[in-house]
Amino acid sequence: MALPWNLQVKGGQYFSEFGRLNPTHPHTWDFVDLPLVNGRFLGEDGLRNPGARVSWLVPTPFYSELLLGVQNSQGETAHSFRSDHDGDLFFGRPALDMQVKNMGDLLYVPRYTFSFNPGAEHTVLAGISGAFGPNASGPDQATQIYGADLFYKWKARRQSKGFPFVTWQTEGMYRRYEAGAFPGDINNPALPAEVLRDWGIYSQVSYGFRPGWVASFRGDYVTGEQGALRPDPERDTRWRLSPALTYFPTEFSKIRLQYNYDNREDGGQDHSVWLQFEFLLGAHAAHKF
Amino acid sequence: MAARAHRPTSNFKDMKKFVLTIAVLLGAASALSAKLNVVATLPDYGALAQEVGGELVKVTVLAKGTEDPHFVDARPGFIRVLNQADLLVEGGAELEVGWLPPLLQSARNAKLLADAPGHLALARSVRLLDVPSGPIDRSQGDVHPAGNPHFNLDPANGASLAAAIAGALAKLDPANQSVYERNLQSFKQRLEAKLAEWRKAMEPFRGTKVLTYHKSFDYFLERFGLVLVGTLEPKPGIEPSPTYINGLIPRAKEAGVKLVLIEPNRPRKTPTYVAEAVGAKLVILPVLVGGAEKAGDYLSLFDYDVARITEALKSAQ
Repeated sequence: MALPWNLQVKGGQYFSEFGRLNPTHPHTWDFVDLPLVNGRFLGEDGLRNPGARVSWLVPTPFYSELLLGVQNSQGETAHSFRSDHDGDLFFGRPALDMQVKNMGDLLYVPRYTFSFNPGAEHTVLAGISGAFGPNASGPDQATQIYGADLFYKWKARRQSKGFPFVTWQTEGMYRRYEAGAFPGDINNPALPAEVLRDWGIYSQVSYGFRPGWVASFRGDYVTGEQGALRPDPERDTRWRLSPALTYFPTEFSKIRLQYNYDNREDGGQDHSVWLQFEFLLGAHAAHKF
Repeated sequence: MAARAHRPTSNFKDMKKFVLTIAVLLGAASALSAKLNVVATLPDYGALAQEVGGELVKVTVLAKGTEDPHFVDARPGFIRVLNQADLLVEGGAELEVGWLPPLLQSARNAKLLADAPGHLALARSVRLLDVPSGPIDRSQGDVHPAGNPHFNLDPANGASLAAAIAGALAKLDPANQSVYERNLQSFKQRLEAKLAEWRKAMEPFRGTKVLTYHKSFDYFLERFGLVLVGTLEPKPGIEPSPTYINGLIPRAKEAGVKLVLIEPNRPRKTPTYVAEAVGAKLVILPVLVGGAEKAGDYLSLFDYDVARITEALKSAQ
């Protein structure tokens, strides 16, 4: 919905506009799975909740947009915020049930994004994002996540069906999680109140070398400052390499082969091979860039 | 000349002069930018808008003439361009459906809403070919539900398209209606003269059988009496497969196909193979203004395409 002064409002249940990957649907991904940092910081299903978002098209000579979203901070899709994690401990602590007392208890997601075209065949799109809200480890505990993203695309002048093209996408995130004290119980150790700091980054390249064929490669890295709970598989250093090959027999179906080499600090190395089929049934509108 | 320290009053005068000059320049600049901002999805529509609008319009085109117009990237820079537009000229037969809608959604420009005077869908001004009857679904490939959207390739459509653009411009800028009318008539006259030339050149080749890669040439073929025997795509939007091509070649040979027509951005391997096997000539034809260096405006595009075809057919005789 558009408003005067180049404003636009959107409301409902939506993916938070944090970074580049979070607001997208899995069927548009270049890989079978989420990057490590997205899964750790924003949750396996992405950061999404009901709310409203206002955005302003900034009057700069190049495209730039300022967005602010306000969403519910509770629920299993508010992973680093007031999620109850299905009753499991998160960073060794149980989720406390909290009411939204005032506007400060909501999830705020500001973002600034801009784009420029360094040539007719090249497009650059960059952004910085934040996610701020209370978390479930204590009554006064909050989480702040910061992200920066960069997307580059080259598409041939003489493209046929959109091929050949190259895309390169990188996102880095930093999370500051205020963890509340936990007195412990029969099965679990006591933990002090502390601030947990985590970082992560991924970078992926895709090369559409022939109509219908895309070769991709992604590198992932996540790590964090050691907290009182160790080991913590949710925060220990982990890195991964993933080559993938995708074939699109039509625009509405795809077959993908992907291999993951996964290296976890306290978990050893894992190798996995994935085969994915996807069909799109029904009408589907065009995607954003 | 002896240097003189500037006294405060003469400084003030200099400053006034400076400010006045800037003000005049800015005033002139804003008068210049009183041009209408026209955004066209395809270079052909942009070229026609330029013919009709002349000095009164500033035309920006979204797709490149060398691109596949079905698969243009909805680059965020276009959002800015659409936000500033007074008139959007698009095909309107869903050629742009894969990339234009998300741009319009973000553009925040009420002038470009679907039936507003600033949104011109050219398909309404021409007769479309291949309008499907009966239910359509994806099993038929990328069929466009409104009909074949490549109507810019019938040069005779140029008059109706230009007239539609002139009408839209006149509605937005009634003060200059006579200018748009005059430009339109001048274009129509030049187009008529050229059409006569092209008809004459293509007359000896009426009835020639051809293959094309995609159903993008239908309007051109119909205008000049060439016959489409089949396409290299088994269905619109599906790449040729070896089994299908092996079935197509004998059919084309029997029909006496003389030409294989493809756009400049198609992969060359299969079309070259088919042309050789059928004993036909492969001709690479731009389908948009700017698709070849010498096809830089609306009339030059058809000059170029007609010349390439007549050249190929003459050398085959």
